[in-house]
Amino acid sequence: MTVIVISGGLSHERDVSLRSGRRVTQALRDKGHHVVEADVGPALVSVVTSTPDPVVIPMLHGGLGEDGALREVLGLLGVPFVGSTGSASRLAFDKSIATKVVSNAGLRVTRQVALPHDIFRELGASSLMHALGDQLRYPLMVKPSRSGSALGALKVHDQEALATALVGAYAYGPVAVVEHFIEGTELAVTVLDEGDGPRALPPVEIRPTSGIYDYEARYTAGATRFVTPAELPGETLKAAQDLAVASHEALGLRHMSRADMVVTEDGTPVFLEANVAPGMTETSLAPLAFDAAGMKLGQVFSSLVDLARGDR
Amino acid sequence: MTAQFPRHDTRLDRFVDRYAARTHGMKVSAVRALFAVANRPEIVSLAGGMPNIKDLPLGDIASNMASMIASNGMQVMQYGSGQGEPRIREQICDVMALEGISAHPDDVMISAGSQQGLDLVTRIFCDPGDVVLAESPSYVGAIGTFLSYQAEVVHVPSDESGIDPQALRETVGRLQAENKRIKFLYTIPNYSNPSGITQPWERRLEVLEACRELGILVVEDNPYGLLSLDAEPVPAMRSVDEDVIYLGSFSKTFAPGFRVGWVLAPHAVREKLVLAQESATLCPPVFSQFAISNYLENSDWEGQIALFRDMYRVRRDAMLKALADHMPSGTSWTHPIGGFFVWVTLPAGIDTQAMLPRGVDARVAFVPGAAFYADGQGARNARLSYCFPPADRIVTGVERFADVVRNELDMLNIFGVTAPAKHPQTSGPGADIY
Repeated sequence: MTVIVISGGLSHERDVSLRSGRRVTQALRDKGHHVVEADVGPALVSVVTSTPDPVVIPMLHGGLGEDGALREVLGLLGVPFVGSTGSASRLAFDKSIATKVVSNAGLRVTRQVALPHDIFRELGASSLMHALGDQLRYPLMVKPSRSGSALGALKVHDQEALATALVGAYAYGPVAVVEHFIEGTELAVTVLDEGDGPRALPPVEIRPTSGIYDYEARYTAGATRFVTPAELPGETLKAAQDLAVASHEALGLRHMSRADMVVTEDGTPVFLEANVAPGMTETSLAPLAFDAAGMKLGQVFSSLVDLARGDR
Repeated sequence: MTAQFPRHDTRLDRFVDRYAARTHGMKVSAVRALFAVANRPEIVSLAGGMPNIKDLPLGDIASNMASMIASNGMQVMQYGSGQGEPRIREQICDVMALEGISAHPDDVMISAGSQQGLDLVTRIFCDPGDVVLAESPSYVGAIGTFLSYQAEVVHVPSDESGIDPQALRETVGRLQAENKRIKFLYTIPNYSNPSGITQPWERRLEVLEACRELGILVVEDNPYGLLSLDAEPVPAMRSVDEDVIYLGSFSKTFAPGFRVGWVLAPHAVREKLVLAQESATLCPPVFSQFAISNYLENSDWEGQIALFRDMYRVRRDAMLKALADHMPSGTSWTHPIGGFFVWVTLPAGIDTQAMLPRGVDARVAFVPGAAFYADGQGARNARLSYCFPPADRIVTGVERFADVVRNELDMLNIFGVTAPAKHPQTSGPGADIY
């Protein structure tokens, strides 16, 4: 068996993807697997189809990796791969659609709207932004509908900042999500399914020293304090884990996902977004959850590779 | 379920409370990460400052280096002098003579690229809180060096001829009234990175005169001086003032991989620089010094520079024509007479840093202007380089860039954004971009 770790790609998160891919590759090699690394490009299909007994790990963040496109191709080629299917990834990657699906499952989500930039042209930006402020109430969170690593995401307190934030979010894609910013404790809950049903790992509490968990806080070692399991009452942690598993199931995800959420002052976890290709870098959240659960990165991926290959 | 696990509390860096204060600005940034895509072949990178070295006579260089190792390997692979090897320092004086500089080899110190020379100059002059004056805009790598020594970078207003001498006087007066300690003025008078602007000879004399009157030391950085594209190079500032500290480099006129630059400084300064060099590296790379010395000795290096000029001229012309053909109204750009870069100014309200992901999606990379300021200016600017892609790719890249700007302007119009953005200085975009 050869494991093909695909990382890089042309998305805005290429750098993060390459770092995740290298880490997973090394962890699997340490476990004795034969691993090759591949980037997205014209040679990829022939690499995948010419490799004997392949199992693919799409370690791509953003773009083709998380929007389901590459996974659809792998499915078409009949190549086993780790992670969610193309259709489930497509649902989860678009924040506005994922939120709706999770909400329809009866789970708590933040109040939001997803708007293409054209609507502001058609209806007039000033009046529409005024309505957003009135209906959703400041502070607002603005983020691209299909992006990760907090790229293009900004918290705003007034209409002038909202306009700038929308311009910034639309630089990452044609649809932006605007939602009421919920104060509370930020959590990331990794869900793992090694063949015996999805289970939530210990929730990671995120405490950025700057107060904002932006790109800099995510990928500068030392810039954020992580507490795992989060310093919250047991019943709150249980509710957060239940929310993560329920959203994983509602979105039809498989093998592994990460739900990002915020716990309000009254102890209610609120779903923010799901990740079908959680980061595996030195500062990423899922590996912290593995550590806290007494698991190693190589062990987790080795198990998922076996699962994808149908060996279990 | 969770209760069975012991609590982990980490910042993922167990040394986080031990770092020196000077490291506090050393953080990753989203902009830096976006440049990871720029190296993909699908992207036309107008961002990189890498010289195009594919026309070097690699076969000749390889055989000369093989001979060098066979005949003199014991010396070229041994430790050397902290000041640098005597022969290359003599040859460097010949190189500098082309720009009007008369210098003695004893006053030359070799560095690992002129970047390390700048680092050592800053190290011996700057205490935390000292002020370094710089052009507006200035080289991102220099700003990073100054900030790493906790110096305050103050930009002096500049025009199409470089530093404005009157503005320089006013800036110094203001800083002195605030009891700030100004250590030196850092300038790239030839085809500046990033602006592409060249200070005419008269302007250089005016700046030097102002600095003499004000008691300001001048650090002249001249990596591109011999890459004039339209006329003979303007003589260096150091050619008329021996107190000027001069930084030179082989990175653009030969190859950057050797990491050989130099500092020409007054005797006392040079002595301190050598001591600083010894504490930093013991000695600059000996093998590289001999390799370059060999190249200067045995190759037609001046002919090679002439070839480089011809090649860069074609690319510069392609970029300027493409800009004229495709950029929307309300934009302007510099017209460099040498070097690698064009500095573009876009309509107010545009934030080129926020626009960069749109560029990546359109398969073109550029460097947002904010990288070249320490004080948050430059949001409406971008640096475009013509040194690395061939002319046809440059045209494609400019077409894409122009579309990106048009789309961004459309966005700004929709949302009525006209206020200029301001960005804090973050870590630079990376060595291949500088």
